[in-house]
Amino acid sequence: MKINDAVFGVVLLALGVVVLWHVQSFPKIPGQNVGPALFPGSIAAGLIVCALLLIVSGLRSRPRVAWLEAPPWMHSPRHVAAFVALVLSTIAYILFSTSVGFLIVASLGLFAMLVAFGVQRGMAVVVAVVGTIVIWYAFYKLLRVPLPWGVLERFAF
Amino acid sequence: MHDVGLAFQLVFDPYNLWVMLAASLFGLFVGAVPGLTATMATALLVPVTFFMAPIPAIAAIVSATAMAIFAGDVPGCLLRMPGTPASAAYTDEAYAMTRKGQTELALGAGLVFSAIGGLFGTAVLIVSAPALADFALRFSSFEYFWLVLLGLSCAIVITSERPLKGMVSLILGLLVACVGLGNPAGFPRFTFGSIELMGGIGLIPMMIGMFAVSEIIRFAVDTSPQMLIVDQPIGNVFKGMWTLTKRYPLQIFRGNVVGTLVGALPGAGADIAAWMSYAISKKFSKEPEKFGTGHVEGIVESGSANNSALAGAWIPALVFGIPGDSITAIVIGVLYMKNMNPGPTLFTQNPQNIYAVYLLFIVANILMLPLGWLCIKAAKQILRVPRNVLMPLILLFCIVGTFAINNTVFDVGVMLIAGLVAYVLEENGFPSAPAILGVVLGGMLEENFISSMIKSDGNLLGFFSRPIAASLGVLTLSAWFLPPVIRRLRRLAGA
Repeated sequence: MKINDAVFGVVLLALGVVVLWHVQSFPKIPGQNVGPALFPGSIAAGLIVCALLLIVSGLRSRPRVAWLEAPPWMHSPRHVAAFVALVLSTIAYILFSTSVGFLIVASLGLFAMLVAFGVQRGMAVVVAVVGTIVIWYAFYKLLRVPLPWGVLERFAF
Repeated sequence: MHDVGLAFQLVFDPYNLWVMLAASLFGLFVGAVPGLTATMATALLVPVTFFMAPIPAIAAIVSATAMAIFAGDVPGCLLRMPGTPASAAYTDEAYAMTRKGQTELALGAGLVFSAIGGLFGTAVLIVSAPALADFALRFSSFEYFWLVLLGLSCAIVITSERPLKGMVSLILGLLVACVGLGNPAGFPRFTFGSIELMGGIGLIPMMIGMFAVSEIIRFAVDTSPQMLIVDQPIGNVFKGMWTLTKRYPLQIFRGNVVGTLVGALPGAGADIAAWMSYAISKKFSKEPEKFGTGHVEGIVESGSANNSALAGAWIPALVFGIPGDSITAIVIGVLYMKNMNPGPTLFTQNPQNIYAVYLLFIVANILMLPLGWLCIKAAKQILRVPRNVLMPLILLFCIVGTFAINNTVFDVGVMLIAGLVAYVLEENGFPSAPAILGVVLGGMLEENFISSMIKSDGNLLGFFSRPIAASLGVLTLSAWFLPPVIRRLRRLAGA
């Protein structure tokens, strides 16, 4: 999505100011005039300057450039679904993989994504199950990565 | 000599050869499928190479990337969609050649001159890296500070159409690098009480997010229709290559040199090398009007440029730890993980590792000929793999791979956020190359800055006290101030 430079400028300005303010609380090193605050502080100052320049440039490009321009894909429910499925599957993995277990979360997430990406239901089920098992085998058995068992703990092997 | 022998043993070990073969096939596949890039291939390999010994790990990355950069030419020819950004410079040219029925000439030129480009870049690497490393032994914190700053400035100027946005990207990268305990004072910065953040924001999860997840997002929201493959039988791709070599020796040499130099510049990689080389080829050609109609000269020159850029990027990466492109930015992370810290000591302690890296490049580029030929033959089948099935699988692989580095889902969160932010920033003209350089080099920049300040007792003039430091300093400052000054002077002269 196209966002006007001025909007970026405002966000970055806020970020720079917050960082600069926060580093004031960093301790000084006795006997030296360079402490942990110097580097992030200088970078934040640079960011503030750049943010101001961006705001100027963004305001100057009005009204030719809108504040926020929705990209073509936002008008297509299929693409929005694909994007949402992508993000939600990842978030679901982060939140639930330890409690529910890798095998369940991964196959459900894969299935949701495949369907959202336009794959037929039947094919999606097969790919989701086979894909999960292959990746599980490669990482858990071959590379010994501790993928969580979750609710299937009793069947662990 | 003993070390060279050791290097041969390391490289021609059966396990290593199998790894190179598997990685090459992986690289060919990733390069040939549009939407999967060479940098993504490297990012995807990191979780797997995490568990390998150093030389097979590097072998996997070197082979995969060399093949991927060539394989990007294939869909460019057949589908008019570049498989990797590095092939975008001459995709239209190649497709035009296919329409004229000269598919095998375009693909053959891409294959053969890619291999030659890679070998040339490797030759430059072999000759220049030890010499530079020797020079680098005289470097102290002042020199490293200016060198990193020069590299970062270079990256901003070259990779962005608007230096202001490049600067913002760089600053964001540097800020990310500030998080954690890893600063000269050892003070936990921006950790907000989180143990995970004390170690800093993971480099590998960020890279996987920026290069793999953002591409998957881009695919998910891509509204353009599928393009159809040109259905023509492909003849013998090696026919006519010797004639081309005799007709365009200057172009081949120039493409190789431009590619290696651009690759060695921090932040500028195979794609920029290909664009510059194509433009140079057209400018100095005796037949510029033929460019764009299906003329092989541009493909010969820029096809060699993008592969030589791959090898060129390793020169600053191995000698200084400054990545020449995004792929080597990831490689530097891998090198640190394998205890092969980049720098002059890499050349003095365990030189068999360096010799092994040279050998790997040579073997990978020679392997490109038979495997690339195989890829061309299998092109139609590869391009028929449904990407909407592939992309979710790749996402799961990214998630599990990222988890595997530190066994924490926090890293998966970092990966997701990095992917989303990278996507939004790139859509709005903020280049990602300066951001990666900022993350990779932020620590080095600060450490050398603080050390230098302590050594010179806070006196900024100390940064020019040593001859090499002073020259690098002047170079960096002129890179900043000369362009606007020259523009101002030109305007005054023209008025």
